[in-house]
Amino acid sequence: MMRKVTFPHMGESYRTFKMLLNDLGNEVVLPPRPSRKTLNLGVQYAPEFACFPLKILMGTYLETIEKGANVLVTSGGVGPCRAGLYAELHKRILHDMGHPVEMIVFEPPRLYPLNFIRNVYKLNPKRLSIKSIIECIKRAWRKLQALDNAEKATHVVRPRELTPGTTTKTYKKVLEWIDAAYTMDEIIEAEKAALEEIYKIPQDPERLVLKVGIVGEIYVLLEPASNLEIEETLGNLGVEVERSMFLTGWTRDNTWKETVEGMTVKDAAMPYLPELIGGHGRDSIGNTVLYAKRNFDGVIQLAPFTCIPEIVAKTILTSVSRDYNIPVLTFFLDEQTGKAGMTTRLEAFVDLMKRKKLLRKTGKILRPASAL
Amino acid sequence: MIRIGIPSALFYYVYYPMWKVFFEELGAQVVSSGKTTKKLLDNGVREALADACVPVKVFFGHAIALKDKVDYLFIPRIVCLNNKTVYCPKFLGLPDMVRYGLENMPPIIDVRIDTRTRRNALFKAFYSVGKLLNAKSLKIFKAYVKARMAQLRFQKILRRGFQPLEAIDIIFNHKKIKPVTGDGRLNFAIVGYPYTIHDQYISVDIIGKLRRMGINVVTVDNLHPLLLKLQRYKLGKRLFWTFTDRTLRAAYYFAGRKDIDGIIHVTAFGCGPDSILDKFIQINNGSNKIPFMSLTIDEHSGEAGLGTRLEAFVDMVKRKKRSEQ
Ligand code: SF4
Ligand code: SF4
Repeated sequence: MMRKVTFPHMGESYRTFKMLLNDLGNEVVLPPRPSRKTLNLGVQYAPEFACFPLKILMGTYLETIEKGANVLVTSGGVGPCRAGLYAELHKRILHDMGHPVEMIVFEPPRLYPLNFIRNVYKLNPKRLSIKSIIECIKRAWRKLQALDNAEKATHVVRPRELTPGTTTKTYKKVLEWIDAAYTMDEIIEAEKAALEEIYKIPQDPERLVLKVGIVGEIYVLLEPASNLEIEETLGNLGVEVERSMFLTGWTRDNTWKETVEGMTVKDAAMPYLPELIGGHGRDSIGNTVLYAKRNFDGVIQLAPFTCIPEIVAKTILTSVSRDYNIPVLTFFLDEQTGKAGMTTRLEAFVDLMKRKKLLRKTGKILRPASAL
Repeated sequence: MIRIGIPSALFYYVYYPMWKVFFEELGAQVVSSGKTTKKLLDNGVREALADACVPVKVFFGHAIALKDKVDYLFIPRIVCLNNKTVYCPKFLGLPDMVRYGLENMPPIIDVRIDTRTRRNALFKAFYSVGKLLNAKSLKIFKAYVKARMAQLRFQKILRRGFQPLEAIDIIFNHKKIKPVTGDGRLNFAIVGYPYTIHDQYISVDIIGKLRRMGINVVTVDNLHPLLLKLQRYKLGKRLFWTFTDRTLRAAYYFAGRKDIDGIIHVTAFGCGPDSILDKFIQINNGSNKIPFMSLTIDEHSGEAGLGTRLEAFVDMVKRKKRSEQ
C-alpha cells in the first residue's frame, strides 16, 4: 500500500512540512485549513470535554484520512498536560473507528534521541544520508523562519494601512513567493522580497496605534482558524499585536532586549507562579508581566475551553492585571465561539485601552478608581 | 495557639490524618472546614473562575470558609510523591490560585513536595513547615514519625473497606463503625478521584445511595497501592497525572475481577484529565462485559437526576445478573 503522510495544520507552517516530507521522499496529503466541517467531525468523534485543539486535530485527521492519508505525523510531549497524550488517544479512537493509520509521534529529541532518529528513519523512504537529511531540515527551518517573519511584518503594518484589506491581500501574495522558494538562497531572497512588499504598503504614520500582547496556549495561538483570525481583527481595529509564541521560537531573542534588566519570561512569572504547570500557563503569566513592563496597552489571553494550565494562569492574571495596571482580556475558545461576539468584546476592549492611552498622553493622572 | 486551616477538599481525603497529627504534635490547632454545604459551594462558584472544574470551586469554597478562623492556610504544593507521576496542573498551581485569585486570605503555607528532585522530600517538606512554626528539630522529627504512623493507620482502615471520611472519624473521633456491607448480592466498584467520590455534597452521596439499595461498594481508595502499581494498562504511554493514572489502573483492575457486578466512573464537570481518562476506560470496557456507567457531577447535579440514573443502572445490572443465573 502506498504510504501517504499528513500532519496537523498550524497556520502557514504546512508549507514547510510539505517541503520537508517531500524532500525525504514521502507522498503528502495536505491538511486542509480547519473549517466548520473539521470542527463538526472533531466534535463528533472526540470526547466531549476534550480540549479544543484535540478536537480540531481529530477533525483534521479524519478529513485527511478521507483523502487517503494513512500515516499521521505529530508531536508528543511529556506533560504534565494533556497534549502529550493526544496522539495516543487519537490513535485509539481512529483504530476503534476502523482506520488502521500509522501514527508517528515526535517526542522532544533532547529527552528521547532514539525516538527521533527512529521516526526520521520511518519517514525517509528515499534513504537519504544523514548529511542530506540535516541539510533538508536546515532549509525547512529557514523557511519556517521566513514565514514567521512575514507574519510578524503584517502585525506591524496592518493597523497602519491606508486602505483596509491591503495587508491581508499582500500577505497572501507573498506567502506564495516563500512557498515556491526551494534552495536556501531562494528562501532568503523570497523572504527579503516579501518583507519589502509588506512594508511598502501605504501607511498612515499619524494614526493612534495600540499595542497588545497575545499570550496563551500554543495551538490556538498558532492556528488563526481556531482563534477566528483574532490578530487580523485586531489589526483592522488599529491594534498592533505581538504574539508571544511562534513555531521558530519565542520572540524574546530580539525584542525582549528593551525589557527591564533582561528579565526572562520565567523570572517575570516566578513571583506569581513558581511552578511549571505544563502547557504554557507560566509563560502566559510571565509574558503578561513583560508586556506590562514594556508599556503595552493591553494583553489578550487565548485559551481552549477547559484548558487546565490557562485556567490556572487566568485565575492568577487577575492579580497581575491589578498589580501592573494593564487590562487583560481572556477568550476561552471552543467550537461554539462566534466571530460576532468576539468582535464586540474586542471593540469594547480597544475602546477602553484607547481612553486609557489618551488620558495618559494628555498628561492627566489616572486614579485607580477611574482606571477601568 | 497557632491555628492552621486545612480545607476539607482535594488532598483532604488522602492526607488529612497525616497533616493533622503533625501540626497537633507541634502544638498547633488544626481547623478544617467540614462537609461541603450549599453555601460553601456557592461561595466557591462565585469566586473561582467559571471555567474551573467543580473540585477546584469546592476547594475555593472551603478556603473561604476558613478565612477568618485561622492564622495560616496549609496548602502544600504537592508535585510528585512517587517519582513517576505528577498531580494535575491545578494542584501544582493551587496555592497560587488561592493567593492571587481570592482576596484577603490569611498567609498560605505552600511547601513544595517533589520526590524526583530531592531525597527524603517528604521529610524535608515537613521539616521546613516545622521550622516555620519555630519548632525544635527533634520535636519536628517526632511529629513527623507520628504523622507517618497516623497515615499508615489511615490506609490500613481504608483497606478494611472503610471510606476516607469514615476512617477519619474512626481515627480522630474514636467512633466505632461497623463496615457497611449490603446483602451481599451485588458488588459495585466506584472509580474516580477521591475528592469527587467522597465529597457527599457534590457526589450526591452516591456511596450512601448504593449502600441503601443493598449494594456493596468498593472504591479505589480501598485498594492496596501495590495492587494498583502492578496493574498494567495497555497504553503506549503512562498517564502522567497521579490520580488519573490511579483511576485508570483501578478501572482495569476491577474489570478483571470476577466478583464485581458494575463499575461506575464518577467524573467532575470541567475536569481536563477526565476527558481523556473516560475515553480510555470506555474503550477498554468495550472489550469486557462488566456493566459500566460514567456519571458526571457538577455544581448543579441534583438529587433527582443522579438518583434516577443510578437506579436505572442498578436495575439493569440486576436484570443482567438474573438472566445469567
Ligand atoms: S495546555 Fe490546554 S489545550 Fe493543551 S493539552 Fe493542556 S489542557 Fe489541552
Ligand atoms: S484532575 Fe480534574 S477534577 Fe481534579 S483538579 Fe484537575 S481538572 Fe480538577
